[in-house]
Amino acid sequence: MSDRICIIGAGLSGLFSALIIAESGGFVDLVSMMDSERAQSVLAEGGINAVLDTMGENDTVWEHIADTLSGGVFLGDESAVRGMCEHAPELVLRLFSLGVPFHNEKGKIIQRNFGGQKKKRTAFAMSSTGKVIMTALTDEVRKWEQKGNITRFPSHELTDIFIRDGVCHGVSIKNIFTGETRCFSERVIIACGGMSGLFLGLATGSVKNTGDAQALLFEKGVKFSNLEMLQYHPTTISIPGKRLLVTEAARGEGGRLFTYKKDGSKWYFMEEKYPELKNLMPRDIVSREMYHAMLDENCQGKIYLDMTGISREVWKNRLSDLREELVRFAGQDPAAEYIEVSPGIHYFMGGIDVDNYHRTNIANLYASGECANIYHGANRLGGNSLLGAVYGGYVAAESAIHDDEVICDRDFKEADEEKNTDRSFDHVLADILKEGMAIARSGDSIRSAVERLNALSDSELSVTEKRRVMLSRAFLLSALERDESRGAHFRTDYPCRSDSRYKTVCLFDAASGNISVGRENI
Amino acid sequence: MADKTYTLKIERGCDRWQDFSYTASDDRDTVITALLAIGEVEFECSCLQKKCGACAVVVNSRPMLACDARLIEVADKKSVIRVTPLKKFPGVRDLIVDRSIMRENLKTIRGWLDAEAVHRDRYYGLSYDSSRCMQCGICLEVCPNFCAGSKFMGTASAAVLTRLLSELPVEERGLLEKNFREHVYAGCGKSLACRDICPAGIDVDGMLAASVAMAVWKRG
Repeated sequence: MSDRICIIGAGLSGLFSALIIAESGGFVDLVSMMDSERAQSVLAEGGINAVLDTMGENDTVWEHIADTLSGGVFLGDESAVRGMCEHAPELVLRLFSLGVPFHNEKGKIIQRNFGGQKKKRTAFAMSSTGKVIMTALTDEVRKWEQKGNITRFPSHELTDIFIRDGVCHGVSIKNIFTGETRCFSERVIIACGGMSGLFLGLATGSVKNTGDAQALLFEKGVKFSNLEMLQYHPTTISIPGKRLLVTEAARGEGGRLFTYKKDGSKWYFMEEKYPELKNLMPRDIVSREMYHAMLDENCQGKIYLDMTGISREVWKNRLSDLREELVRFAGQDPAAEYIEVSPGIHYFMGGIDVDNYHRTNIANLYASGECANIYHGANRLGGNSLLGAVYGGYVAAESAIHDDEVICDRDFKEADEEKNTDRSFDHVLADILKEGMAIARSGDSIRSAVERLNALSDSELSVTEKRRVMLSRAFLLSALERDESRGAHFRTDYPCRSDSRYKTVCLFDAASGNISVGRENI
Repeated sequence: MADKTYTLKIERGCDRWQDFSYTASDDRDTVITALLAIGEVEFECSCLQKKCGACAVVVNSRPMLACDARLIEVADKKSVIRVTPLKKFPGVRDLIVDRSIMRENLKTIRGWLDAEAVHRDRYYGLSYDSSRCMQCGICLEVCPNFCAGSKFMGTASAAVLTRLLSELPVEERGLLEKNFREHVYAGCGKSLACRDICPAGIDVDGMLAASVAMAVWKRG
C-alpha cells in the first residue's frame, strides 16, 4: 500500500483521484500548471452520462455499455467500459451529493439526449456542466487540503520523470513563478489532459495543454496507443486563436444541421441519411458527413446549425450560456439566425496506453482522464468524457493505493530545464499536423507531413520543441500504421473497416532514437 | 475587415512600460490574441473564451479578461490600448500576478461542504450561478474595500459561500454563516463596484442579497 502519491494535473480526473486517496487516509502532492479553475475540464459543456433512468425510458446499463462500445467502433476495452458504465450512476449521484447543481426537479436529476445514444442519459447543468462539477470538486478537495492530506503545487510544471528499468521512481517539478525546483520520490498518477495546444488554432481545448508532459513521458519510454484517434467535433466555429465549441446539447435540444443546395433549397443531410438518430449520430459520423456535404458538387459548401426551432423555455432554462457565448463570440443570436459550423479537433481518444487498472507499461506510473487511452476506442460519445475522467481517476487512485509497493530510489537530481518554444515553430508544427491528421487523411498526405517534420532542423530547435516534434511524429506514424477507416480515423486510400481489431502502439527507443510502431490485437 | 494596427502600451513590472505594435486582421481580435502574437510579454491564459479566468488584466483602467477585450472596442481614438497587471495581487512577471491569497482565503472561510448537499428548487439558480465563479479576481481588483491579507475577502469568497449556504441543510449552516458575516458582510462598504464587472455574468447583486438573507437575516 502506498500512502503518498504524486498527481500531475488538477483537472477533473486528477482532482477526483486526489479525493479518493485522501478519503482513504493517504496523502497527495497535487501538481498543476495553473489552478483547477483554469483546467480544460471547466470547458466541458453538455453533460455526463449515467443510467439513472429518471426519464421513464427504461434505460439500462447494458445499453450504455453497448452504445459506448459501438460508438467507439469496438476499439474500447470491453471490460473497462463495463466498469465505467456500471459505476456511472453511483459517481453522478456522488457528485450531486457534493453539490453539483445538475438540472433537477425536487432532487430528481433530469437528463437530456446526447449523440450516439437512443435514451436520455446525460445529466447536465445548462451548458456549463464541466465548470460546475469542477467547482464542487475543488471545494471538496479544499477540505482535505486543510486537513493536510492534500498538498497543492499550483503554478508548477513537470520537468522530469525518473524511470529506470521499467520502474518510475518519481518526478521533478518547477515553480513557474519562482524557478524553484523540487522532487517527489513517490508513486505517480498522470492526469495532464489532452493535447489541444499542439494543434494551435485547430482545437477547442485549452492552449495550455501543449502535450509537453506527454512528450516527456514518451521520450522516457512510456507506451502510447491509438494516437491516430483524434476526435473532430462536428459543430465548432473559428474564433481568434482557437475553435469554439457549440455543444452537442444544441442538437440534443433540437438543433439541426443543413447545407444549401445549388438551387438554394436546404438539405438536412443527417436527417435524410440517418432517420433514427438524425443529427445525434456519433460525432465521427456527423463530422464525416459534414465533410462530404461540404465537398458535394450539388451543394454550396457551407454547413449551418439551425437552432431557431428551439423553444424560448429551453433557451432560458437549458442553453442560456450557449446563447450568450454565441452572441459574444460569433456575433449571432442562434435563436434567430443559422450559425455556420465546421468540424474542429476536440478530444484525444488515444494517448498513454493503460490497462483496466490504469497502470501504464511502467511500474509505479498510472494515467487517467483524457491523457489515457482506454474507454473511448475510435470515437468518444458525448457525455462520456466527464464520466471517463471521474471513473478513471477513481480507478487510478485505487490502483495506486493498493498495488504492491515498488520502492522508489531517491538518487536523482532535480531538473531545471528551460521550457520554451517559438511561436512561429508552434504554427509550423500545427500546420504539419493539420495536413497529416486531417479529418480525411491518406498515406500520401501523412507521408508528406512526416517529410515536412523531417525537414525541421534539429539544431535550431529547443529541447521542448524537439520533444514536440517526436510526439507529432508518433501521431503521424500511428495514422500511417492503421490501414483501415474506423471511427475518427478516415483514410481515403483505405475507406473500409478491417475485420481485425487492434490498437496501434508507439514506443520510443532511446538507444537508437527511433520510434517503433506496431499493433496489438484486441 | 481591413487590417488595422494597434499600439499596446504594456506595463512590464513596476511602472516599466513598453509599446508593442499589433496588426489585427479580424475585428474579433482581442488583447489576448495580440499578446499571443507579440510573444515577448509573459501572461497567463488557458481557454481564450471567458471560461477559465486566467487572463485577468487591467485594460485602460478597467479590470477584465484579456480574451474578452476586443481591440476594436477598447482602443482609444489613436488606436492605443493600455494593459497593466492586476494591482491587488503581488506581481510575478510582466502581466502575471500571484493570486494564491484567494485560495488561502477560501481555506480560512472553510469553503467546503461539511454535510451532504440538499438541492432545493428555489435555490437552483443561485447554486448554479455561484458555481460559475472563475476565481479570476476581477471583482476584488475593482473593490475599494478589498486588499490582499485583509479580513474582508470580497465577492470571490462570497460566491463560494453562497453556493455552500444554498446547498447546506439550514441546521448545518452556522459556521459558514458566521464566516460570511465576518469576512464578507462586515467589511463590505456597499459600493456596488463589483456589480456588472463579473466576466462570467454572475448576478452579483442577486447573489449577495440572497446570501445576506441566509447568513445575516437567517432566512431558510
